[in-house]
Amino acid sequence: MRVKLQRLAHTRSGDKGNTSNIAVFAFEPLFFPVLREQLTAERFKAFYNGAITGQVIRYEVTNIDAFNFVCEGALGGGVSRNLGLDNYGKALSSAILGFELDVPDDWGGLLRGPVSDFVRW
Amino acid sequence: MKQSIRIGTGSGWWGDRISPAAELAKHGQLDYLCFETMAEATISAAQVRARRDTNFAGYDTYLEDRLTAVLPACLANGTKIISNQGWINPDAAAAKAIEILRQLGATGIKVAAVNGSLITERVLGLTDTILENGQPTQTLADTLISAEVYLGAEPIVRALAHGADIVFTGRVADPSLFLAPVMHAFGWDPLDHNRLAQGSAVGHLLECGAQVTGGYFVDPGFKDIERPWDLGFPIAEVYQDGSCVITKLAGTGGCVTLQTVKEQMLYEVHDPAHYLTPDVTVDFTTAKIELVGPDRVRVSGVSGKPRSPTLKVSMGCQEGFVGEDMFFYAGPGALRRAEIAKTVLLERFKIVDLQSDDLRIDFLGLNAIHGLATPSDAPEPYEVAVRVAARTRTRAQAEKVGREVDGMAVSGIAHTGKRVPFQDRVREVIGIWSSLVARDAVQATVTISES
Repeated sequence: MRVKLQRLAHTRSGDKGNTSNIAVFAFEPLFFPVLREQLTAERFKAFYNGAITGQVIRYEVTNIDAFNFVCEGALGGGVSRNLGLDNYGKALSSAILGFELDVPDDWGGLLRGPVSDFVRW
Repeated sequence: MKQSIRIGTGSGWWGDRISPAAELAKHGQLDYLCFETMAEATISAAQVRARRDTNFAGYDTYLEDRLTAVLPACLANGTKIISNQGWINPDAAAAKAIEILRQLGATGIKVAAVNGSLITERVLGLTDTILENGQPTQTLADTLISAEVYLGAEPIVRALAHGADIVFTGRVADPSLFLAPVMHAFGWDPLDHNRLAQGSAVGHLLECGAQVTGGYFVDPGFKDIERPWDLGFPIAEVYQDGSCVITKLAGTGGCVTLQTVKEQMLYEVHDPAHYLTPDVTVDFTTAKIELVGPDRVRVSGVSGKPRSPTLKVSMGCQEGFVGEDMFFYAGPGALRRAEIAKTVLLERFKIVDLQSDDLRIDFLGLNAIHGLATPSDAPEPYEVAVRVAARTRTRAQAEKVGREVDGMAVSGIAHTGKRVPFQDRVREVIGIWSSLVARDAVQATVTISES
């Protein structure tokens, strides 16, 4: 079945200069290989659809079942220059929660949160 | 020597809440309470303010509030304070603290000021290349406001070794504020990179306050916590081997879980195996984290590599202005009206010849936060704010943004909601650039006074 990332992982973003790091943490170790295979740096960048202007590097942090996506050019030139309302990009980490992945049908009981729908994410 | 020490966070940024720090001071049984109050542009903004406002003392604007809230309990409990609230004037921060201590009747308390981070006058001679764009730092000569080196834990350790009860610094790397008391308490060698890495990890986990105890965390239905309005600030129990337990005061809201610790471990980190601080290069990929009790997470196994021969220097420069404002639509057709309003503004900006390096007109409620990453099938909002921002070279150009939004009041689109301008709609841009400076070019000094 196809599910949004928010059912498999939680995320947090931080800023340094014009770079945002968006870390993705699998809720279960079981989910980690699925994230590794499907949530590649290329797809991650493509999902942000131009909001990340530079390269995206994905670091694996296997000891905590996490990936750190370091996204250059995601903060409008840096916190003080950024014309966006969220200068620090602290809300950037929520966009990727809408990324869709294929997971085994029998994972239903392991997935987190309510089933999302279009009206209420 | 103690087997372990207890360190608490008094603030994770300049605007942080004050009462959780007071609670920690009273009930945390702390050896040290550490305050982090600076962002990247704090020093430069303080320099600009100091030039204009001769009454500005140059330290954290909440210094008095914070000290008044925690000092009585810290004095009673023997808790030492380490703080980067000194900003551009650690000496003045120390003097203020002594004044407050005397008002409280506390005599013989030693207050240290750590100076040496500010190198504005000589930075261009000490540095070569701007890290962000590869240009010579000399290109910043005309616009430079301030340059400050990120100092490490060492000068704070020196202050503690001289008996300081309270230490004020200017720019110090955030984790170093917390590493310093651990190094001092356990007599660590400043080149023992594995131990320093563990101590720096403690600092990294504590430096943003409640971000490790349930702040910046709640997502209903996915990540729920108790009483998110009453988060306790974190405490680390740190052991001689550098391992620690992250916890918080019993009875406070929030939580310390594997999830909160993991999220904070990677916060503002790039390569998790090479997190650079002035003291050591930290490798988080060897860390082991375990839940060892309610709101108790043990962190061990963080490893390190020797510190780099250079220190990072941050340079703040004048880069012009941003003008911004917003206005509102609601009800059926709100987005259509917002779209035509955007067209009107873009035409108006041509008519008034707005000269900008960057311009954004967003629909808050639809795409102002995620911008281009907003899904194309996102639902239409019932209410929408049209939010306009332009970056310009001059203040006069930036003022055009607010003046054209004013025009939308009676010359705009049907059902335009407007607010009376209640704030300055122009702000200065202080651009931040980085470079590297040789470690031995920077000598920190420690001055100690007594109340």
